[in-house]
Amino acid sequence: MTLFLLLLLPFLGSLLTVFLPTRARTVLAGTAGAVAAATAAWVIALFPQVRDGGVIRQTLAWVPSLGIDLVLRLDGFAWMFAVIVAVIGVLVCLYARYYMSPDDPVARFYALFLAFMGAMLGVVLSGNLVQLVVFWELTSLVSFLLIGYWHHRTDAQRGARMALIVTGSGGLCLLAGVILLGEIAGSFDLDAVLAAGDRIRAHALYPLTLVLILLGAFTKSAQFPFHFWLPRAMAAPTPVSAYLHSATMVKAGVFLLARFWPVLSGTELWFWLVGGTGAVTLVLGAYTAMFQHDLKRLLAYSTISHLGLITLLFGLNSPLAAVAGVFHIINHATFKASLFMAAGIVDHETGTRDIRRLNGLIKVMPRTGVLALVATGAMAGVPLLNGFLSKEMFFAETVFLSAQPSVGWVLPVLAMVAAIFAVVYSLRFGYDIFFGELSTDLPREPEEAPRWMRVPVQFLVLICLIVGIVPAISIGPSLAAAARPVVGGVLPEYSLAVWHGFSLPLVMSVVAVVGGVAGYFWLRAQQARGRLQNAPIVSRFDGHRLFERALLGVTRGARALLRVASTQRLQPQLFVVIATALVLAVLAVRTVPLEWGDRARLPPSHPFVLLWIIGMVCAIGAASMAKYHRLVATTLMGGAGLVTCLTFAWFSAPDLALTQIVVEVVTTTLLLLGLRWMPMRNQQQPDRIGWKDRTRRGRDLLLAVLGGSGLAALSFALLTRPAPNSISPFFLDRALPDGGGTNVVNVMLVDFRALDTLGEITVLGAVALTVYALLRRFRPSPESVAQPQQQRAVSADRDPDLMPPSRDEDAGGYLLVPAVIARLLLPLGLLVAAHFFLRGHNEPGGGFVAGLIVAITLLLQYLVSGTRWVEARTGLRPARWIAVGLLLAAATGLGAVVLGYPFLTTHSLHMNLPWLGEVHLPSATFFDLGVLAVVVGATLLILIALAHQSIRGHRKPAAPMTEAR
Amino acid sequence: MEVLLALVIGVLAGSGIWLVLRPRTFQVVLGLALLSYAVNLFIFSMGSLVIDKPPLVVPGLPANLEHYTDPMPQSLVLTAIVIGFATTALFLVVLLAARGLSGTDHVDGEQDTP
Repeated sequence: MTLFLLLLLPFLGSLLTVFLPTRARTVLAGTAGAVAAATAAWVIALFPQVRDGGVIRQTLAWVPSLGIDLVLRLDGFAWMFAVIVAVIGVLVCLYARYYMSPDDPVARFYALFLAFMGAMLGVVLSGNLVQLVVFWELTSLVSFLLIGYWHHRTDAQRGARMALIVTGSGGLCLLAGVILLGEIAGSFDLDAVLAAGDRIRAHALYPLTLVLILLGAFTKSAQFPFHFWLPRAMAAPTPVSAYLHSATMVKAGVFLLARFWPVLSGTELWFWLVGGTGAVTLVLGAYTAMFQHDLKRLLAYSTISHLGLITLLFGLNSPLAAVAGVFHIINHATFKASLFMAAGIVDHETGTRDIRRLNGLIKVMPRTGVLALVATGAMAGVPLLNGFLSKEMFFAETVFLSAQPSVGWVLPVLAMVAAIFAVVYSLRFGYDIFFGELSTDLPREPEEAPRWMRVPVQFLVLICLIVGIVPAISIGPSLAAAARPVVGGVLPEYSLAVWHGFSLPLVMSVVAVVGGVAGYFWLRAQQARGRLQNAPIVSRFDGHRLFERALLGVTRGARALLRVASTQRLQPQLFVVIATALVLAVLAVRTVPLEWGDRARLPPSHPFVLLWIIGMVCAIGAASMAKYHRLVATTLMGGAGLVTCLTFAWFSAPDLALTQIVVEVVTTTLLLLGLRWMPMRNQQQPDRIGWKDRTRRGRDLLLAVLGGSGLAALSFALLTRPAPNSISPFFLDRALPDGGGTNVVNVMLVDFRALDTLGEITVLGAVALTVYALLRRFRPSPESVAQPQQQRAVSADRDPDLMPPSRDEDAGGYLLVPAVIARLLLPLGLLVAAHFFLRGHNEPGGGFVAGLIVAITLLLQYLVSGTRWVEARTGLRPARWIAVGLLLAAATGLGAVVLGYPFLTTHSLHMNLPWLGEVHLPSATFFDLGVLAVVVGATLLILIALAHQSIRGHRKPAAPMTEAR
Repeated sequence: MEVLLALVIGVLAGSGIWLVLRPRTFQVVLGLALLSYAVNLFIFSMGSLVIDKPPLVVPGLPANLEHYTDPMPQSLVLTAIVIGFATTALFLVVLLAARGLSGTDHVDGEQDTP
């Protein structure tokens, strides 16, 4: 599991830094640096295992059913990338210690930095394609956070957002491409995919797969036309630019090209897409870089150009070019990271990055100057530096390319032009700012950077020199190990020497340098006269502007779509929901026809017919009265409820009938309590209604009639067709032997389906608490605050017993006779409840019914004696009932777990008690007791909370809510 | 009887749908209650209409659907009834709170009709 630990290390370090002091730069840099250094040492130590084409592979099962495992896989190429990521990580940690200001929240920087390092290692080490994409998107995310590190700056916000949108959408394309690739290869395992190259290239979906994967790679590696995000990402702190935007993250795209090189390359399509994009990006990036005035932007465009060069090398379909590509990845990482750091030092010490203002800095910062000049030389391709070697290999490839004769002389010319441009912008970076008269108007007095800030640059420049002078000894073995897996296991012949004799590539190099120097001085002279300040032609076609415009278009389109297809009004929404349900039901009838069956039917019975004629009149009456006559509508609805209840009783469902009737009582009480706060009829509203309302009502009526008839037809079909086999016989059969009760419905509730019931009483408790919370902040509307008209009509000096008492001691005479009866009913009601509860397991009854009866009996006291009177004499705490009930029910269930049975398993206890005889006590009784307590608590809490609104001092009514739409 | 019950379910559901589509919150509360009657009866009727065979096991009588009515729809409907009460209560209180805040009992919280 070495690799998994290795991958975990940066993430753990990231977590650790979160707990360190926010601004402790030295401690944080030390911690992060130590983590990065440990990672680097660990990776480097693995070299012997991958040196000769060896592969380290470790697997953890992730989603075995989908064939997705967590696979980490380290071959030579991944090893090289891991080394770049880890080693440059160490250097940037050190550099950032001096670069970041003491006021910056550095802990966040280092935490994100290490997280990024982990994500990048994840991309590099992934042996599974899906996993690779996950880490890939993770790098996009962390990069977003790092670019936006100074999140108060607008340019940082915009740059971060743009980078995330471009690379993130590229990542989604990559995901699609990788899924296609996995489908074609039959596995998401990288090894399996690498072995299936021929099959993939011959597959019909190869072009689509290729385009999708290339979209991912090109967005990440800032290839034309997606290159515009990289210069904007320069709003990031310079250590981030040095690490993410030169050495690691932007290399992920070319990493992908190299990774899939053995699988996807070798076709015409690959050549034109990859090679073409690379060539355009190479020239365009170099061209644009020449005209930049900001150090970091110049480096960004140069990075784009170099990434284009690498892409082009991989696109040439030649193993030798691929080796050169791998080589240039290493070289570019070293010199570009050091250049970014040098640019950061200049910025840090002078306060500006404007090339036009910076001059003659070599006089005040000679050491940094020399380092920067050497790195610039590597960028320009000066001999004895590493950039020269890979550029020579590139020239050789373009000249001797035989695979595509049609491009003939075009490629060498393009390469030459790009090389000339590279020399020009290198001179603008190096010569312009370090030579000449020392600038005097800089924001800060320039001086040499601290020693340790220069160390990372020194280290990288040293590598440039060593690789440039003795390539075969220094980089030879690593390059061989890294390039071998890329070209599919067999390395082509190549020679890593500084001197190859006089050859065409050497001539090209010389021409490039000479042409570049001449071009530089010409450009300098032009710019001194105020011309050519921006890149001609190209600066008009700003990808950035296109991006913003596209983004704006998408947002506008989404808004327009929302306006057309959505509404905030409830009525149209409900209409659409119901109409859709109706349409779906009608569509379903097309496959399963709606036919009547010939099941034996019950003969009609006259009392029942009469009953339901009343019931239907009640329902329709409630529907028509609900607008202006709420009390009548409530009463009529209660009538429909009662008939429903009688239906349950009629058709062998005593438990339902019992529950329905008690629920009917509490629901009606609830609605009656609510009526007090409803608005009066608006007399100003005109009686005549417009045609619009008429149409809407007609439409709603039609839908109601259609929905009702549909449901009627459906129920009739179901009632007459033969009943399907169900699992009901099981419950009937096992209720007594397994559940220990003869009332099957109750046994199902508290035993077979007890988990459902537990969920249900939880919902009940949650609803009650929500109601309570809502009513605590209740503000009645202004016209409901005053006493009702009927109460105001009674003159103040009289003391009728029809008025609820305003003070507790007045309660004695209020509704005295009913109050006495109600109080006498209390113990009787509780006895009835106990009766229903205890017999519930065997006869109709149970916790729900008993709980509701208890609640109704108590509510009766509230109704008759008034809230104050009852609460002065009882210590009811409904919320506690809910809590105790839930705990009791859960504890009963957990008891079974303690005894080693599944949650909520029932046990029965048979005892012979004196006086009582044989007692049968299942554990479900305690569960049912919990149900009872929750039902009592919830019902009381809801109704009492509502009742309290009438007696408490009201808050000021709220102002009409105008803004809350 | 089957015809009647199907008709009843249809009438309850139709009244409920009509009320649910109305603009006043109280109408919607009543509509949901009527709809829940309809749906409860519908689910209940899945177990077919049987008279005088409650699902209370009697010793000696074989425990099968010949001698007892189907207990499963009943237990489903029983929980549905209680939850129906809870949702009615919640919706009633939400409508009261909305009415207090917005000054109207229109479902959209504002008086004007489009």
